[in-house]
Amino acid sequence: MADSTWVSDLTTAVRPAVKTPRHTAVVRVTHWITALCFLALLVSGMEIVISHPRFYWGEEGNVLTPPLFVLPIPASRGSVPTGYNYVLPDQNGWSRYLHFQVAWVVVFTGLFYAIAGIVTRHFQKNLLPSGTQLSPASLAREIANHLRLKPQGDAGSYNVLQRITYSLVIFVLFPLAIWTGLAMSPAVTSTFPFLVTVFGGQQSARTIHFFISILLVVFLLVHIAMVCLAGFRTRMRAMVTGTDQEDT
Amino acid sequence: MSNPSRRKWIVSGLAMAAGGSGLAVAARIAGDYGLIPPDHGGIYGPGETLTYASQRLLTRHSLAREFPRSKISKAPFANGRPPESTEYTSLQTAGFADWKLAIDGMVGRPASLSLAELKSLPSRSQITHLACEEGWSFIAEWTGVPLAHVLDAAGILPQSKYVVYFSIQPGWWDSVDMADALHPQNLVTYGMNGGELPPGHGGPLRLRVPRQLGYKSVKYITRLTVTDSLKGFGKGLGSGAPEAGYSWYAGI
Repeated sequence: MADSTWVSDLTTAVRPAVKTPRHTAVVRVTHWITALCFLALLVSGMEIVISHPRFYWGEEGNVLTPPLFVLPIPASRGSVPTGYNYVLPDQNGWSRYLHFQVAWVVVFTGLFYAIAGIVTRHFQKNLLPSGTQLSPASLAREIANHLRLKPQGDAGSYNVLQRITYSLVIFVLFPLAIWTGLAMSPAVTSTFPFLVTVFGGQQSARTIHFFISILLVVFLLVHIAMVCLAGFRTRMRAMVTGTDQEDT
Repeated sequence: MSNPSRRKWIVSGLAMAAGGSGLAVAARIAGDYGLIPPDHGGIYGPGETLTYASQRLLTRHSLAREFPRSKISKAPFANGRPPESTEYTSLQTAGFADWKLAIDGMVGRPASLSLAELKSLPSRSQITHLACEEGWSFIAEWTGVPLAHVLDAAGILPQSKYVVYFSIQPGWWDSVDMADALHPQNLVTYGMNGGELPPGHGGPLRLRVPRQLGYKSVKYITRLTVTDSLKGFGKGLGSGAPEAGYSWYAGI
C-alpha cells in the first residue's frame, strides 16, 4: 500500500499524465524475479530430464522396468534406449547446481511475497475470487468475454478467470512443485518420509513434478498471449512502472 | 526533500552494514558447525551451501527410508560395467580373496582389511532405495559393515572431519562428512539381495550412502582416508564429482 503511494507520487512528479496505481512494488519485483527463476528452472529442468527421459510410477523405475511413458527425445546417457543412434552431451552437473540454487531464490521470493500478500491484504483484495465473482452468472459472463477475446479487467484489478488462474499457480502449482522436488531428495525424506509416501513413491513424485512444470509452461504461454491481447505495451508498463496508463 | 532522503541513505547504509556483518558471523558459525560444503565457491556456491547447511541441520541423525522385502526390485539396474584393468580382473579371477581395504589418515591404528576380515565384523542388512541423479532408481537389500564400526576399530582422531574413499577405478573417489561417515546406515557393502555384491553393482566392495544420490555410493573401494581437511585431495573440492561439474553433497 505504502509502495504504490510512493511510486505514484514519484511518477506524477516526473510526468503529469493520467495514471492510476496498478501493481505494488512487492508484486512487480517478486513477479520479475519469479519469471527469471522460472526460465532458469525450465531450462535446467529440461536438461535434467534429457539424462533420463522416461517416467515411472511408484518407488522405483529404471531402463529394466516398464515406464509409465517415454518422451520421444534423445538422451544424454548411452544407457537409455531412445531409438536415436546418438547421445547428447551431459549437462546434468551445472543443471542440477542451477536448478537447486534458483529453487532457493523461488522459495525466499515466495515466502516474502506470501507474507507481504497477507500483511497488505493483497491476496484478499486482488487475488482470491470473491463469492459474487464465483457465481455462475459472473463466471459465464467472463468466459463469454474471453471467448470473444475481450476479457474485462475489474476496476483496476483482475477479472475472475485471472483470479482463479493466478491463485491456482501461486497457491497450488508452485507449492506442489517445491513439495514434489523435495520428495525426490533422499536426505529430506529420511527426516520427513510422508513428503514422498503421500505420492506413492519417489518416481511418482518425479512424474508429478514433470506434469506440474508442463502445466506451468501452459500457464506461461496463455499468460503471455493474454498480455499481448490486452495490449502488450500497457500491460508491460504496468508490471514495470506500477501504473496504468492508456496508450494514446 | 534532502533530509528524508539522506535519512533513507543512512538507514539503508546501516542496514546493509548490519546485514553484511550478520552474513559474516553466520558464515563463521556455519563453518564451525560444519555447514559449509567443500565446493562452496563459484556462482553456485550460495545455493549449494544453503542446501547442504539446511539438510545437515534437518537430517543429521535421520534414517534413510527402509522398505519391506516385497519392495526389493526385480530389475536392479547396474549402471556401467566392472573395470577391465588387469588389476581388477586378476583379483576377480582369485575370487577377490586378496581384495584389501586400507584405512589410513587420522586414525590411531591404520589397517588393511581383507574381505574375509570385513565379513567377520558385525554386519547390518537394510533394504534401501538407490536413486541416480539422472532420475532412475531401484530398491535392494544391502549387507555390509557399518562404516562407523570400521572407523571405530581404526580409532579416528577427534579432529577428523571427513572420510575420503577411493575406488580401484582411477579418478573415482569421493568423501563424506562425519555426520554421514558415522551414520548407522552407511555400509561398507559386500552383499546384495542375500548374495555377494555383483561386480556390476560395485562388487566386491562398495560404500553405500543411502541418504545421498547414487554417485556418492562409490564402487570397488580399496581405501578409506580420515582427514580434517579436503584441501590435499584432488582439486580440494571433496570429490571427483565437482571437478566433473557435479555437486559434492548429493542429498537432493
